[in-house]
Amino acid sequence: MPDFDPDASSPSTAWLKRAFTGADSTNARKTVTFGDAAAVRSLPLWSFLSFVLLMAIWYVVKIGGDDGILNDRTFASQKDTWDAFLLLASEGYRNITLWEHTSASLSRVGQGMLWGTVLGVPIGLAMGLSSKLRGFFDAPVELFRPIPPLALLPLFILWFGLGDKSARNLLIFASIWIMIIAARAGVRTVNLSKIRAAYSLGASKPQILWRVILPNALPEIFTGFRVAVGVSWGTLVAAELLGTSTGLGSMIFQARNFFRIDVIIVGVIIIALLGVLMDIGVRFLEAKLIPWRGKG
Amino acid sequence: MKDLSAKNVGMIYDVPKGEPVHALEDVNFDLRGGRLLTLLGPSGCGKTTLLNILAGFLAPTSGEVTLGGERIEGPGQDRGMVFQQGALFEWLNVEHNVAFGPKMNGVNKEAIKPIVDDLLNTVGLSGFGDKHIYELSGGMQQRVALARCLANDPDVILMDEPLGALDALTREKMQGLILKLWRETGKTVVLVTHSVEEALYLGDRLFVMAPRPGRIDRSYDLPFAEAALGMEPRELKASAEFIEKREEVLSLIWEMEEQIMGHEGA
Ligand SMILES: Nc1ncnc2c1ncn2[C@@H]1O[C@H](COP(=O)(O)OP(=O)(O)OP(=O)(O)O)[C@@H](O)[C@H]1O
Ligand SMILES: [Mg+2]
Repeated sequence: MPDFDPDASSPSTAWLKRAFTGADSTNARKTVTFGDAAAVRSLPLWSFLSFVLLMAIWYVVKIGGDDGILNDRTFASQKDTWDAFLLLASEGYRNITLWEHTSASLSRVGQGMLWGTVLGVPIGLAMGLSSKLRGFFDAPVELFRPIPPLALLPLFILWFGLGDKSARNLLIFASIWIMIIAARAGVRTVNLSKIRAAYSLGASKPQILWRVILPNALPEIFTGFRVAVGVSWGTLVAAELLGTSTGLGSMIFQARNFFRIDVIIVGVIIIALLGVLMDIGVRFLEAKLIPWRGKG
Repeated sequence: MKDLSAKNVGMIYDVPKGEPVHALEDVNFDLRGGRLLTLLGPSGCGKTTLLNILAGFLAPTSGEVTLGGERIEGPGQDRGMVFQQGALFEWLNVEHNVAFGPKMNGVNKEAIKPIVDDLLNTVGLSGFGDKHIYELSGGMQQRVALARCLANDPDVILMDEPLGALDALTREKMQGLILKLWRETGKTVVLVTHSVEEALYLGDRLFVMAPRPGRIDRSYDLPFAEAALGMEPRELKASAEFIEKREEVLSLIWEMEEQIMGHEGA
C-alpha cells in the first residue's frame, strides 16, 4: 500500500491510528463516511478499551474494601473474586467443584438441544412440506411457543421431580419450537427451480428431501440452533436456581443463602463466558459446515 | 432421435380471485429430433408455460405433448432443464453439481468421474471442479447448469432464458457454446429467449408466439445456426439476410406489443 494514508504522521504510528479509526486502504479515500453502515465493523481496540473501563469501574467501587463505594455485602472485590475462583476450582463450594457445576449445566443444555433438534427439525420439515401437517402442527406450535419456559418450571417439577429430568425437559421445551420454526422457514426458502431440476435429473422423493430440501434448509436451521442455544442457556441457569442441586445456577442460589457475593460473581462471570464461547462455537461450526451461507 | 410434438395444447390458469388466464390455446407443432427450436414473443405469451409443459412440470388443461410418440406425464430424465438462474445446488461444488444426476441413478463413483471430467472439459470448466458455486461468475454458473443437464444424456434440453441474466459479451460466448453443444451432441433443444437476435442466431427453427391467448403466431425455418459453422458470429449477424429477418420479426413483435397496449388502454 504505497500511497495509503498520506496524512499519517510517521510510519511507526500509522498502525496505531489505523487501530483507533479503522481507516484502511479500502475506505481511506471515501468522502462519505457517516451513514456508510456496510463499512462499520467492530474495532478490537475499542472493545479492549471498554473492557478495561469496566474493570476500572469495578476496581474503583471497591477501593477501601468494605468502606468503599460498594460494601462487601453488596459486591466483592476483584481479588476476593479471584480467590473465590481458585478455591472453587480446587476444592469446590459445599463439596461440589466448579467443574462439576459447570459440566452439569453444559450437559443439560447439550441434552436439551439434542432432543429439541432431533424432534423439532423433522416436525418443521414436515410442516414446510405438507399443508395438512402444517395445519395440524400449527395449533400446538402457535399456542406453546409464546409460553416462557420458566413459567412451566413448577409444573415440570411436579411431573418430573427436582433435578436433571425437569431441567432437561424444560430445555427441550425451550428449544423445540425455535427449531421447528427454523426448519419450516428453511424449507420455504427452497427455490422451485432447484426442486424441478432435481426431479428432471432423476431424483426420487426421498432424494429430493435429503439431497435438496435438507441442505437448502441448513442455514436457517443453524440460525435457529444459535438462537435456541442462547435461550436454553438463559433458561437453564434460571431453572437451576430452583430445580437442581448441581449446576451454575444452583451454585449461585446456594451462595446467596450464605451471602457469598464472591461466589455469585464467579458464577455469573463463568455463565457469561460460556455463553459467549458457545455462540462462537456454533458460529465456527456454521462457517465450516455451510460456507455458501449468504452467498447465494 | 425422438420427435417432440404438441397436439392442441391449451393451458388455462385458474386465478383464485379474478378471471382465469388463457396462457396457451391450441398449440400444435412437430419438432423433429435433433433440431434447435427457439421461442420468442412478448412477455406473458406463454413461453415459460409451454416449456414447463414440455418438461412435465405442468399438465396442460387440454391436448397433450409427446416425446417419441410417448405422452409426457411428468418430469423425466429424457428431458433436461436449464433455468435462468438459482437452480444450481450451492451446497455442492461444481463437480458434485454435475455428478448429481448420475449419482441419483446409482451410478458408481468410478464411472461418474470420467463423465464429469469430460463434461467440464466440454463446457470449458476443466480445473474448476472443486470450486463452490458462489465463487463462479454468472456465465460460468450457466456452464455448470449445462454440464449438469447433459450428465444424464437427455434427448431434449429445455432452456428458459438461459442467458437472460448475463452481460452482452458473456452472452455471445455462451451462444457459441450452446451452438457447439447442439452440433456435437445432436440433441433436440428448445430455448426461450427475449432477444430477437439470439432467437434468429441460435434457432434452426423459430416460433414467434402471440399473447391473449398464448399461441404460435408464426413459424420460421432458419439458416443461420447452420451457417454459423463456417462464419464469424459478428459477420453473420451483420449480413443482409440476417438483418432483414431481424427487422421482419421485430416489426411482428412490435405490432403485438402495440395491440397489447391498445388492449390495456381500452
Ligand atoms: N401460476 C400462474 N397462475 C396464474 N397465471 C399464471 C401463472 N403462471 C403464468 N400465468 C400467466 O400466464 C401467462 C403466460 O405466462 P408465462 O410465464 O408462460 O409467460 P412468458 O411468455 O414466459 O412471459 P415472460 O416473457 O415474461 O417470461 C401470463 O399472463 C401469466 O400472467
Ligand atoms: Mg417466462
